[in-house]
Amino acid sequence: MTAISPPEQRIWWKAPLDKLEFTWIMIALVWSLVMFAMMIWWHIYGNQNLANVVSKTTKEMYAAKAQAVVDKYTVRTETDKQIPVVKPPAGSDVYLIGRLWDWWPILELEKGKTYNLHLSAMDYMHGFSLQPQNINIQVHPNYDHTVKVTPTQAGTYSIVCNEYCGVGHHTMVGRIYVK
Amino acid sequence: MATTYRICPRTGLQFDTDAEKLMRWNAVAGVLALLVGGIMAVGVVLTRWPAVHLLSADTFYMVLTAHGIDMLLFWIIFFEMAVLYFASSTLLHCRLATPKIAWAGFWLMAIGSVMTNVAIFQGESSVMFTSYVPMMAKPHFYLGLILFAVGALIGCFVFLGTLVVAKAEKTYEGSIPLVTFGALTACIIAIFTIASGAVILIPTLLWSLGFIQEIDTLIYRVVWWAMGHSSQQINVSAHVAIWYAIAAIVFGAKPMSEKVSRSAYLLYILFLQLACAHHLLADPGLSAEWKVVNTSYFMYFAVLASMIHGMTVPGAIEQAQRLKGYNKGLFEWLRKAPWGNPAFSSMFLSLIGFGFLGGISGVMMGAEQLNMLIHNTIYVPGHFHGTVVIGTTLAFMGLTYFLVPVLFKREVLFPGFAKLFPYLFGLSMYVVALVMMGAGTLGVSRRHWDMAFAGSPLAYEWPGAAYLMMGLTGVFGMIAIVAGGLWILQIVFSLLFGKKLDEGELRNAPIPLTLPAPTGAHAAHPPATPGTMVLALIFLVSFILYYFVNWKYLSSLWGLA
Repeated sequence: MTAISPPEQRIWWKAPLDKLEFTWIMIALVWSLVMFAMMIWWHIYGNQNLANVVSKTTKEMYAAKAQAVVDKYTVRTETDKQIPVVKPPAGSDVYLIGRLWDWWPILELEKGKTYNLHLSAMDYMHGFSLQPQNINIQVHPNYDHTVKVTPTQAGTYSIVCNEYCGVGHHTMVGRIYVK
Repeated sequence: MATTYRICPRTGLQFDTDAEKLMRWNAVAGVLALLVGGIMAVGVVLTRWPAVHLLSADTFYMVLTAHGIDMLLFWIIFFEMAVLYFASSTLLHCRLATPKIAWAGFWLMAIGSVMTNVAIFQGESSVMFTSYVPMMAKPHFYLGLILFAVGALIGCFVFLGTLVVAKAEKTYEGSIPLVTFGALTACIIAIFTIASGAVILIPTLLWSLGFIQEIDTLIYRVVWWAMGHSSQQINVSAHVAIWYAIAAIVFGAKPMSEKVSRSAYLLYILFLQLACAHHLLADPGLSAEWKVVNTSYFMYFAVLASMIHGMTVPGAIEQAQRLKGYNKGLFEWLRKAPWGNPAFSSMFLSLIGFGFLGGISGVMMGAEQLNMLIHNTIYVPGHFHGTVVIGTTLAFMGLTYFLVPVLFKREVLFPGFAKLFPYLFGLSMYVVALVMMGAGTLGVSRRHWDMAFAGSPLAYEWPGAAYLMMGLTGVFGMIAIVAGGLWILQIVFSLLFGKKLDEGELRNAPIPLTLPAPTGAHAAHPPATPGTMVLALIFLVSFILYYFVNWKYLSSLWGLA
């Protein structure tokens, strides 16, 4: 009587367990609980937790907020497309727009300082993928997602879009400078 | 009750003629979807191979949409319908409930799958498998999916009806077999999946027709993934059932403990669907508590279940082999296993690959914070090529070698290739899954036409290792595709030109299953399974190391709060 036939013992639920099988179940259970605890532990002691500070917004409202920051803190423009480079003061709110097909504006942040980075999309969903750090966050239209970021190393970082957003998806790259 | 019953002379299995025909048609339809998906895979692989970069961007996204839907939904669910009918009517020795309604379900699935494929290849529905709003596909893209889902739902109810028939007509004694129990688990998960699909796809269809103004992107993702991820949980339940079935067929293996294996399936029913949350860990609007509880299947109880199956399947094989006298050392039972039997070798490669590649990576990236490392990178397809291709598809392909003589009554042609196939396809897929995960760990995006970002003023330069790994994805992806293509040819040729085999005796009434008088001979003291325990501990150590390496990696990132 195998797994493709009814169990030989009608009262199969009273059959005793194999010793090694039982041992393995206990080991697997302990490991499962360790992994569960790990996520909670990281919320308390870890430094990389995705904030759930979020509000409903509209594309127009969000774009206006981003524009205000750009108007106030732009230090120069870059590339032929005249993309503004924004250098906001530490601790301030910074708005990043994801749209077909760029991340706007370019940001210039200070190492070791904390910023409230807002993320939202203007059309489809986009994927914020900070490289070469490899921090990946989903960006929705009509939701303003605020993440407290603290850059820990200086350098030039790219924001690749990693949520498929149409035929120009591969050209959607932004930039963050950390000085 | 005009049906007849055939006793297969090779296996002694009893087939209801109506059910048998449905199994054959569903399996063939599945393989056709696999063929289309496989041809699309050529386009996907050769475009993502940076040195080749074959297709234009719009063709690439169209081909990728078709590849995802044909493989993840159509191939697998058609084949699963065959598995459901086999696990109910054949294993319980009874007639199939309402075969006419089952055919209606089949044709709905067929029409739906063709309709969605037509929509995709017309070119204006390149919205990927996930079809996230507000990117809109043509209405018949969604309608095809809905029809397919309704057809599959009908198949699920025919399966449940057949269980009722078997019970009422007393065609078996005691409890249903473990494999049928596994199929029942798959069926319950499928009903949840399809209901979720209806909840999101019907409004999306209405939106694409213009009756609804807007669909919230976050709500779409939450509900869509209740279908998208759960549909892959049907696979897990189904292919684990097939592992048990192949162990039973090839070795006559008896489950180590009915209680343990069934409880593990029960854990799947209770907790597996929570994993829809895996896709939402990098999203705003969902609380950390919600993410932690759901992503961990409420304290990893479904992972616990998979770790149990991962031990009890090889454990049952070890017991059966030791009873046959392969008792030397830890691993004689495994060395002396029939490695030339493609049903076994596929099943074993599926088991190992599913655990080590698909399983460990899935749990790692399903940890709430670790998910930030790999969300939407090519790590994700690397993971699910470990689960759905190595786990499910390879198990189904291996089972097909068993089904050709049993169900189609034909001899398998080119038996030499059959011996080689699981290694060729399975091992090249191992490499594909690994290098995709490697590239994903370096950040390379999934669903992305050009990793050189041609045309972007701010192009990013990936490290050389990322290019190398995407190149290897190309090379080994092509080997796997060629192997898979040869497998399809082999099966089609065998069905058309293979030697016809004896049909066996046809009867008008089923022979009920009866339990033998309890002897308790080998049930009392089955041999211990130290070999399996060692394999399980190797798995555990790899799991723990890999898991904590990724926390270490996470701790080196920018501070986020």
